[in-house]
Order: sequence, then structure tokens, then C-alpha cells
Amino acid sequence: MAEPLLSVRDLRVTFPTRRGVLTAVDGVSFDIMPGEILGVVGESGAGKSQTGAAIIGLLEPPGRIASGTIHLEGERIDRLSPDKLRRIRGRRIGAVFQDPLTSLNPLYTIGRQLTETMRTHLDLSEAQARDRAVALLGEVGIPAPADRLDAYPHQFSGGMRQRVVIALALCANPRLIIADEPTTALDVSIQAQITALLKRLCREHDTAVLLITHDMGVIAETADRVAVLYGGRLAEVGPVDAVVNRPLHPYTEGLMACIPTTHDRPPRLAQIEGSMPSLRAMPAGCAFHPRCPHAFNRCVAERPPLFDHPPSAAACWLWAPEGARAAPRERTAS
Amino acid sequence: MGAPRGIRSPCSRGEPMVAFIVRRLLQSVLVMLTVALVGFALFTYVGDPVNNMVGQDTSLADRERLREELGLNDPFPVQFARFVVNAAQADFGISYRHGRPVEDLLIERAPATLELSFAAGLFALVVGVPMGIYTALNRHGWLSKAFLTVSLIGISLPTFLIGILLILVFSVWLGWLPSFGRGETVQIGWWSTGLLTRDGLVALILPAITLGLFQMTLIMRLVRAEMLEVLRTDYIKFARARGLSARAINFGHALKNTLVPVITITGLQLGSVIAFAIITETVFQWPGMGLLFIQAIEFVDIPVMAAYLVLVAFLFVLINLIVDILYFVVDPRLRVQGGGAGL
Amino acid sequence: MTEPGEIPLEAPREAPREAPLEAPGTRLGRLRATAWRAWDSDILYSFLRSPVTILAAVVALTLVAASLAAPMIAPTNPFALETVDLMAAFTPPVWMEGGSWDYVLGTDDQGRDLLSAILYGMRISLFVGVASVLFAMVLGVGLGLLAGYAGGWIDGLLMRIADVQISFPAILIALLIDGVARGLLPREVHHEVAIWVIIFAIGAPGWVQYARTVRGSTMVEKNREYVMAAHIMGVHPVVIALRHVLPNAMGPVLVIATIHLAIAVITEATLSFLGVGLPPTEPSLGTLIRIGNDFLFSGEWWITLFPGVALVLLVLSVNLLGDWLRDALNPKLR
Repeated sequence: MAEPLLSVRDLRVTFPTRRGVLTAVDGVSFDIMPGEILGVVGESGAGKSQTGAAIIGLLEPPGRIASGTIHLEGERIDRLSPDKLRRIRGRRIGAVFQDPLTSLNPLYTIGRQLTETMRTHLDLSEAQARDRAVALLGEVGIPAPADRLDAYPHQFSGGMRQRVVIALALCANPRLIIADEPTTALDVSIQAQITALLKRLCREHDTAVLLITHDMGVIAETADRVAVLYGGRLAEVGPVDAVVNRPLHPYTEGLMACIPTTHDRPPRLAQIEGSMPSLRAMPAGCAFHPRCPHAFNRCVAERPPLFDHPPSAAACWLWAPEGARAAPRERTAS
Repeated sequence: MGAPRGIRSPCSRGEPMVAFIVRRLLQSVLVMLTVALVGFALFTYVGDPVNNMVGQDTSLADRERLREELGLNDPFPVQFARFVVNAAQADFGISYRHGRPVEDLLIERAPATLELSFAAGLFALVVGVPMGIYTALNRHGWLSKAFLTVSLIGISLPTFLIGILLILVFSVWLGWLPSFGRGETVQIGWWSTGLLTRDGLVALILPAITLGLFQMTLIMRLVRAEMLEVLRTDYIKFARARGLSARAINFGHALKNTLVPVITITGLQLGSVIAFAIITETVFQWPGMGLLFIQAIEFVDIPVMAAYLVLVAFLFVLINLIVDILYFVVDPRLRVQGGGAGL
Repeated sequence: MTEPGEIPLEAPREAPREAPLEAPGTRLGRLRATAWRAWDSDILYSFLRSPVTILAAVVALTLVAASLAAPMIAPTNPFALETVDLMAAFTPPVWMEGGSWDYVLGTDDQGRDLLSAILYGMRISLFVGVASVLFAMVLGVGLGLLAGYAGGWIDGLLMRIADVQISFPAILIALLIDGVARGLLPREVHHEVAIWVIIFAIGAPGWVQYARTVRGSTMVEKNREYVMAAHIMGVHPVVIALRHVLPNAMGPVLVIATIHLAIAVITEATLSFLGVGLPPTEPSLGTLIRIGNDFLFSGEWWITLFPGVALVLLVLSVNLLGDWLRDALNPKLR
């Protein structure tokens, strides 16, 4: 197997607050292969965005990486000095944020924001950077890019601005893009366009993507593999097809049941009973057990590790190799 | 001292600049008319102008003739219209106390006040803005904490007390700087300036610091608050995610966005600098318009009070207008008419 | 700054407002809501955590208590002619040569004990300050309720007036009111009512901030269900305003009032210093400083310095309390 582009191991992100230490991301591990699109799904507060922020070193204080490692192309990047990390951001890891309306500095033209980013990372003259910016804007589908270079962000619509944001993320040819809810703030009609654009560009540039979203539909369309987070922990990870069609973890199962399908639409969308526990009050054992229809004694007592069940892996005692599948039946019997 | 927070843009997006400025001009005219009304009411109802002009032994018939001559028997709108027309031509009558045309007094005094206000504003900006930036960027540094503490003491010190303390230390105890007057001035046309002589410049130091200190602390706190706000925005986060250098982010992206509201407040503060000049001028016996105004209040010299009021209001309105126009220069969202092209 | 990491992880700050189950209209319900809010907004916590605030509170309380108790604790009564000894004029403070324990902080040009004069002067300063704040508060809250409740042209008119007025410094308006009063009132009458003129002059321009704040929360509250319900049940609008709307605006109003008190004390001192404030028969701190200012150059600096220090201590401690109160009630602004 090829060397992973990004390798995250046992990542723990904590926020020391005056009411105690919150663990926003708790022992998450995953790999991203070059050119691969890894979807990260979960409810809000599941730790998706904090994972992304930890990778590019932009956790908001007092948030910090408490333990674990992050390797980019074999180089450990979670302990780098702020300045070295800065040189990685934009150059080797690009980012796309949720709201294109607020991601661009309103007082600078988009051309200036593009050339500034390029010239920070690449050895280009102003003229070269401008040429490249025009080409890039054309690539992300902005009509008449040469004329639009000197326009200000407010002169673009939301969808167009997100295209500019994508151009900004790509402008120094990073190997990886972290896209945090890139379509959530957009009109439904434009969401698909932006998703398709992101996918196409990354294929063309051979750029990998960490696609953070709460929308399983986007994941199903775009991602190669998917990681499901719950309560800051990894619940399941595997190829998109397997996770969507043959989910292992009961939480994933519930999540998949929430996706509306065009044919045989159920009368009501399924819902997972209850809500995700607050990070202040994480239950012992498996974080999902209070809501899990299959929970049994071990789920309450012990936190499940990730069990391999090719092609996926799930952190659920149901998939423990020692034949624990019998366990839920025991419970129903008693 | 609550600097207005979350300043709104002066106009809704898409309103053409010309229409906006015309609207503001109309508003300004309205404000000026209101102030003129107050000034006129002062004239008419506070004290009897005739009493102030003639001696005790003037006969009633003479007084009545004077009233008629001055138009004091005309109907209210006529009198008010006359007041406005005169005021527009800078004719505010004769000072009761000085017996000279008020406009002459004001013109004579204006350079002193304007030079003092300008120097104070400059001091406040040149010191306040960098301090604000520094405290925003190094929030937990000891120097920031020291600046903030000093600024809190600064806003708790009344202007006159700052002046007195400065005089006590630098004039009385150390004997370095003069404590009153403008020093030596040079006449350029009708403008007398203290900026061209060493003596005049030295005399300007203490008054300018006194007047500017409060504004400086205000600007510092404002710049700090706005900068912290801007540093939390998504586009700064995104700029970090693009790997821009801290320098480019702080001094390019953040500072420029910070300056938009700072311009407004600073501009508006310029008006209050002129008003607070009254206090500074009293402490330092600075021969400006403020000192004239204070003396006018003590002696109920109504024409001077009314004229000063109208003049200050005019300056305020003018500054407001300039600030509004500056907005257009700084913020492209206002400069370019109409909303988005694109999708 | 609240810990930024906390924001996405817990319910928004406003949530506790709705927390008590009782109808917010009942007295008990309101009381509980208030208590709950007070606790939850961490007022106590932030108070005990900030040594500066505790110190400020101690200083402010001491100064207020000392000025209230001035007739009892002051060594002499500076207004009683029989205790004033002209021979003792210009006595320096006790630690300087020629000082005496009879006059700890020295005496002024008339032989008045400076410490006593400061205590009595602070009493007057505080009285004028508190009275002007109360006046401004009643006026502003009333007009704010009116504007918010009535809406329409009343609202428009009041807010336009507020816009125009706020662009003029309060001190200028106060000076003008004082000047007009001097013109309208005969000199003897003016002397008698000077203190009320000053209170009016300082208080009147202060209404704008109260009005704007109260108007804002009135517009929010008046559309709440329970207010509508009270309205339908025929409760008088004034009763609704006072019982339901006002309590919600009290926090911000309190903050404004505290900071306004500091400004009012400064303004009074300034007017008195300029010689257009209180008559010399009722010397406030500002008057004392004015008197002392005449002797600055002849070496009797203490006559002006000590009242000045008292004034700064008073204003600074009130300002610190106001700052703390604002932060405690609105953590977002920190």
C-alpha cells in the first residue's frame, strides 16, 4: 500500500475551561491517501471541525492538541513551530471554510487576495501571479476572469464567492484541502455545483480532500471513504459504499436511515432517539450507548476500540471478534 | 466610557453616493436650523437685548424706538429668518461684554483653538492607534496590561485635572514648560499661528497633551476592541489558513478593517476635542474660542454664546459630513453602487 | 473573552432565560429567573476572581461611606465659621515642615481643614452625581419605553433627537443649560437653586443611552407571547412596561448608570472648576480644586492635589466597577 498523505493517530484535542477540561476530539485516527477524498461526518459538536483545525494548526485557544500525532507526507507536523506550520498552511494544506460571505476580506479585491497568497508561498512576480490568478479563476468557473480580478468580494454572489475561496485554497497547489462544511451556507441549487467543482478540481490537481460535513448526501456523492464521528470519537470508518449500504455501527445505521432516498421514500424520515451527549457529560463506556437500541452491559462499562471488519472498521462491541454478537440477544432474553 | 459599538455603515448598500450625500446635507441643514433656533431663543428670551445695549437712563420711548429699529417687534418667523440670514453671513451682533462684533472676536480667537485641537488630535492618533494595535496583538503581555491600566486612569482623570497635574509637575516642580498662553505667535494674514516659533511650539505641548490624553485613551481602547473583533472574523481565520504571514494578517488585513470604524469615532471625537478645548483653554489661559465662551457664560454674554454654539454645531456637521465621505473612500462596499454581479 | 472553544459546545448564553418552568409572568417565576440568571452569568464568580474589582468596590464603598458620614467623622465642619481659623491658612500636610496633626492634609487659603473639606465636598459631588444619574435614568428609561412601545412617529422623532443630541458633547449642553439658567434667573435666585440647575444640566443630556437601550429591549419584549397575553387580558400598558419589559432591560441600564455616574461626577467637577458650577458656598471637589489652582505657583500644591486625588479615586473605582459589571453581564464584550 502506498504511503498515506496524511496520517492522524490517536488525536486528542482538549479545551481547558474553568469548569474542567473538555475533550472535543478523543483518540481519533485515520489516513488520507494522495488524491483521496475522505468525508468526515457527525452531528455538530462531534469534533469534526476541531479535527480539521488541529491538522492545520488553527485550533482556537485555549484548545490544544493534548496527545496523538499528525504526519503529512511522513513529516510530523503537530509539533512544528508556528512559523513552520504557517508555511505549510496554504502551501501544502489548503482550506475552504463554511461561509463564503465572510471568508473573504471585504476591503481587498479578490485579485489582491489571490496574488498575495501565491506570492507568500511561491516565487512569483506580481505579473506572473496575476496571470495565474486569472487562469485559476477561469478554472473554478468564474466568467470573464480577467475582468473580475479587480472586483471586491461583495460584487460576487455566494456561490461565486465560494468558487473564489476554492481558488484561494488551490492557488499554491497544496496536496491536501481541508473543506469544512463548504456547501452548508449555500443555496441548495448551488451546493451540487460547488461539490462537483471541488471534486473535479481535486481530481485534476491530484489533491486530496478532508471533507467535513454533516450532510451524508454530500459524502455519498463526493467522498471515496468516510469517517463517522460521534462525541469526539471515531465511530466507524470505511469506503463510502460500504458505510452507506452496510453500516456496522448502530449510530451509522441511524445516520444512514436519515438520508432521504428518491425511491421508496419512507413516510417519515427516521430519527435517532435522544441527542448527542454534551462533552461535559460524556457517558462511561461507549459514548453512544444511551441512545443505542442494541446496548448491553459491556457498552456501559467499557469503551470499545476500533474493530476491523473489512472493508470498514467500527468502534462497537457488536463487532468484537470474540463473538460478542450473541450479547444483545442475551439481553433481550433476560 | 462607552465608545459606540458595532457602528453601522452610514448608508444602506446600493444607495448611490450622490443621493446619500444629498440626504446627509439635508439632515445637516436641519440640524443647523435647530441649533440656530436654540441660539435665536437665547437671544430673544434670555435677557433683554435692549437692556444690554442702552444705559439705565434711556427713556422708554427711546427703548421702544430701538426695539423697532432692531426689529424686535417683528413676528417670530421674521425675526428668526433674519437671525438665520445674519448667521449665515457670520453676523452675530455685538458682544455685550466686549462691545465688539462677535464675529471679529471669534475670528481672532479661532486660530488658537484650531491649532490646539489639531495638535491634540494628532497626538491622540499618533500615540493611541499604535497602542491600541499593540494591546490587541499582545493581549496578555505585561506592557498591554500596563497600557490598559493607564488608559483606565486616563479616562477617570477629568481634563482639567490632567492639565493641573501637568502644570504642577512640568511647570511648577520641574520648570521645563510654560503653563499659560500661546507663547510667541506669528501673524499670517488674519491667522495668528504659534506653530512657527519655538516659543509657540513649546507652549503648545502641555495643552495639547492635556486635551489629547482622553481622546488618546479612547482611541486606544477603540482600536483594541475593534482589532480584537476583526481578528475573530472568518476572513482573518481564512487568511491564517492561507498561510499568510502574521505581519500581512495583522497590519494588512486586520488593521485596514479596524480603521473603518476608527475613522468615524475619531472624526466625531474631533468635534468633542473642540468642545473640550473650553476646559483646556481655561486651565492654560489659552486665548481661544473656548475661553471666550466660558467668560461669556459667566457674564451672560448672549451673542457670544449663541455664535459659539452655532459655530461649534457647524464644525460638527462639517466633520460628520467629511467622515461620511471618508467612509466611501475606505470601504469599497459603499463605493461601488449596486450589489453583486456574478451568479 | 469567553473560552472560544466553549461556544459551539454549549447552549447559547441566553438559554437560561427560558430555563425556569414557571410562567415568566408570575412573581415567583421572575424571582427565580432573576436569581438563576444572576448565578449563571457568573457575576459572583467574576467578582471574586478579580482582585482589582474587589479593591475598587472597597475603595468606592469607603469613599461613599466616608462622605455620607462626613458630619460625624470629619475633624471639623468646614462650613462653620467658628471652627475656621484664618491664622491656620496654608498649613501644609502633617508630614511636611510646619504641618500639624490638627490638619492632616493641610488647610486652604481660608484656614479650612482640607480633609474635612474633601469629605464634605465629596458628599456634594456624589449627591449631584447620583441625582443627575437618577434624573437621566428616569427620563431615558421613560422615553425609551415610550419610543419602543409606541413606535411610529413618536419613536422616529425621539430617535432623531437622540441622534442629533449624541453628536454634541454632554459638557457643552450642560454649559449651555447652565448659561441659560444664569440668564433667566436673577443672581440671588440662581445661587439658591444652582445645585438643581447643575443636576438638570448634567442629567438632561444623559437620557439618550438609557433610552436607546430600553427602546431596544422593549421592541424585543413587546412581541413575546406573555406580553401579548397580558395585553389581551387588558393589563394597562404602563403596568406591562414596568412589570414585564423593564426588568429585562435592567442589566444594561445598571451598567450605563454606573459608567454615567463616573461621567456625571467628572462633569460636575469640571463645571465647578470652570466656575460655572456650584457656588463657593457649597464647595464640591471641583470647587476645591479650582480654589487650589490659584495657589499652585505659590507652592501650596496640596490644596489642589488632595481633592484631585479624592476625585480620581472616586471616579476610577466607579469606572472599574462599571467595567466589571458590563463584562459580567455581557461576557461577549470582553
